[in-house]
Amino acid sequence: MHLLEPRAQPSQLMRWTAPLWAILAMLLTGSLLFWMLGKPPLESFQVFFIEPLTSSYGWSELLIKASPLILIAEGLAIGFKARIYNIGAEGQLTMGALFAGGVAVHFDGVDAAWVLPAMVAAGALGGALWGALPALLKTRFNAEETLTTLMLGYVASFILAYMVNGPWRDPEGMNFPQSIMFGDSALFRVLMEGTRLNTSIIITLFAVLGFWLFNARSFLAYRLEVGGQAPAAARYAGFSAKQTVWFSLVMSGLMAGLAGVGEVAGPVGQLNLNISPGYGFAAIIVAYLGRLHAVGIVFASLLIALIYLGGEAAQVSLQMPAAITGIFQGMLLFFLLGADAFIDNRLRRPA
Amino acid sequence: MNTSAPRLQLLHITKRYPSVVANADISLSVQPGEIHAILGENGAGKSTLMKIIYGAVKADEGEMLWDGRQVAITNPAQARRLGIGMVFQHFSLFETLNVVENIALVLDEPFDLAALARRVTEVSERYGLPLDPFRPVHSLSVGERQRVEIVRCLLQNPRLLILDEPTSVLTPQAVLKLFETLRQLAAEGVSILYISHKLHEIQALCDSATIMRGGRVTGQAIPKDETPASLARMMIGRELPQCVAPVYTGERRPVLEIRSLSRPTDDPFGTALHDISLTVHAGEIVGIAGISGNGQAELLAALSGEAPGARNAVCIDGAPVGHLNAGQRRRQGLVFVPEERLGRGAVPALPLTHNALLTGHPQGMKRWGLVRYARARAFAEECIRRFDVRCGGPEAVARSLSGGNLQKFIVGREIMLQPRVMIVAQPTWGVDVGAAAFLRQTLLDLSRTGVAILVISEELEELFEISDRIAVLAAGRLSPAEAKAATNAESVGLRMSGLFTPPTEASAPASASSSSTESSHASA
Repeated sequence: MHLLEPRAQPSQLMRWTAPLWAILAMLLTGSLLFWMLGKPPLESFQVFFIEPLTSSYGWSELLIKASPLILIAEGLAIGFKARIYNIGAEGQLTMGALFAGGVAVHFDGVDAAWVLPAMVAAGALGGALWGALPALLKTRFNAEETLTTLMLGYVASFILAYMVNGPWRDPEGMNFPQSIMFGDSALFRVLMEGTRLNTSIIITLFAVLGFWLFNARSFLAYRLEVGGQAPAAARYAGFSAKQTVWFSLVMSGLMAGLAGVGEVAGPVGQLNLNISPGYGFAAIIVAYLGRLHAVGIVFASLLIALIYLGGEAAQVSLQMPAAITGIFQGMLLFFLLGADAFIDNRLRRPA
Repeated sequence: MNTSAPRLQLLHITKRYPSVVANADISLSVQPGEIHAILGENGAGKSTLMKIIYGAVKADEGEMLWDGRQVAITNPAQARRLGIGMVFQHFSLFETLNVVENIALVLDEPFDLAALARRVTEVSERYGLPLDPFRPVHSLSVGERQRVEIVRCLLQNPRLLILDEPTSVLTPQAVLKLFETLRQLAAEGVSILYISHKLHEIQALCDSATIMRGGRVTGQAIPKDETPASLARMMIGRELPQCVAPVYTGERRPVLEIRSLSRPTDDPFGTALHDISLTVHAGEIVGIAGISGNGQAELLAALSGEAPGARNAVCIDGAPVGHLNAGQRRRQGLVFVPEERLGRGAVPALPLTHNALLTGHPQGMKRWGLVRYARARAFAEECIRRFDVRCGGPEAVARSLSGGNLQKFIVGREIMLQPRVMIVAQPTWGVDVGAAAFLRQTLLDLSRTGVAILVISEELEELFEISDRIAVLAAGRLSPAEAKAATNAESVGLRMSGLFTPPTEASAPASASSSSTESSHASA
């Protein structure tokens, strides 16, 4: 039997290059998978990882998929640093979409410049509220946030289903569970003709800058980091643990809510049951793959977005099942966690 | 050459680590029945040497002879089979298990719990170490826990017993008891290696001594023929520094007041506080003696604000602060040096600059919610300079510092906050002699500037050196603070065992001892 024993001095070089090792391991295992499925590995890689990036349309799609991942992961990273594990970003995204969509449905036909900003504000509020609930449960009743955030995700999706099946169902939608298509005033403007890339990307850009500054310089980020690394030191210094919980969960909820707005006022253009292909969960991988660093998260988001695109391409060109996307994401997280485990520990055979 | 081979002989043992030579050319020999002291400061290489003997670390060079035959001990199990037993400074007992279960866990041979319990009783009685094999460990005092560790070694019939700083957690009375046991063992032919930096203990107990400094042997001595000063010179290379306590001439006003502080405990292994009252005045140091586990942790948390409670139970300069959290109390001028440096007093993985920010942030290190890292860095640099913190500069991470240097940094940081009240727990725990003297003098000097200082320590000598008044915390009750001149180590030691009369229950002298877990061995 072997034992994992902590290393005295985990390597910082390995800590920062671990994502690259994880990607390499994912590619190797992926080619084994392609080969076992009877697909030529090299050609499959071409389809999966290269072809999506051979056109400007492909790049625009990459950004469209990366944008919500970035928004959510930046928010999650704050909490993860403080060891507050919000894994219900998918639900907070849904609530953000629902609040923003409510504004769009209610003010349908109003052609005013304030409609879209109102949707953004409503979406942020919706996400923040859905993050505040677990914060309340944790600070008041000591309820584990990993459970409450996850379960509230289901609640959010049922509320969405109720709304698009009931009050907000498009009367001319042939009874499909979806809202009306939003008007132009309730949609982000398209930036590049012939693509779906829109102005919501600007919000993302500012978010990255903002979070970078926040992480690098703010006292609040320092307090969160202390709270996560050494709770006793935070208590000793008099940093409130409750504030940490509230801030982490509300902030990550808010960011997920913004991502939800970006979807319904962007590529989706309405409320329906397929707003997000699991962005809220993939963003957990993104946050760790980006080492919880504001800029690292951007690169990690681009990679995960590419896996989304590659997964779609593989379904079309290689007749692979849709699960391929999840498999690659899962492998990536698995190898990353594995790499981290061996950075912090080493394997020893007991004497 | 001796006719009887030494029990243990080390020849030219050398152990190098990447950054330091822990042991350089160490030779020593221990005869059967000899009590041999290894004297040295922290970092002198004593622990590495003991680990080499015990097989936990492998020497790079040198030989080890056991009963005159060369041996290579590769692991502790082999060391135990040879007859080497070790009692570590930090106990490795499971609190939820009882004594005999804890002992059974480390035995290499198969066991029968009932028979083992009989052996435990037998051995413990034979050596004057009374133990109930079926008591759960969490209900034992620290002294009793150490007995478990010793009995655990004795069950394996050791021929060499290694004790690493065994008295740091004992009352003076318990120390005497331990010495009797060790002398009895030595008389039966057991060799004892006794690691310590306490000079008077070594003089009282040991037949011979090997003195180490900086990984080398700097002297062999017969302790009884030496003076503390001559031993100290060999140990630290210069005279033992003495603290001077100047007279405080300022106004003597109460600054920290604790009024009837009672506190139940949530922790099943914790200690409830009963009606604690104490006043610390400007310009004085009040020491609280007692063995950890008698309410020290709970009292400190109640005073620092890490565990806020009743509003009027704690006052600073007359203002009630009992309900405030640690950050709010700091704004009232309270600073605190906790016992745990890593993880509480400092964040292990963060550099000193960031650790300066931990409690120094109100000193102009923030603007508009952003940290002014240049200022935090300057603060850390000044702290390193003023308090002689040996480290790789303000960007060195806290856990890379030795215990003593990190303590200097934390004490320095707290002093630089210009406090009105300073609370210090175990100020020199694990700190080398030179740094300890520096820290004590720093506290004395600070108090004479009009700061009220409360020191909680297990080291009686230290408290007698720096305190103006001394109180004793035992079983969650605090004795009245007495002027240092009016008391002595004996009486403080007795009170540490819980045998004092709390002021509010003057008519019921037995009440304190009845609730004390220490009482059994104090009277034994």
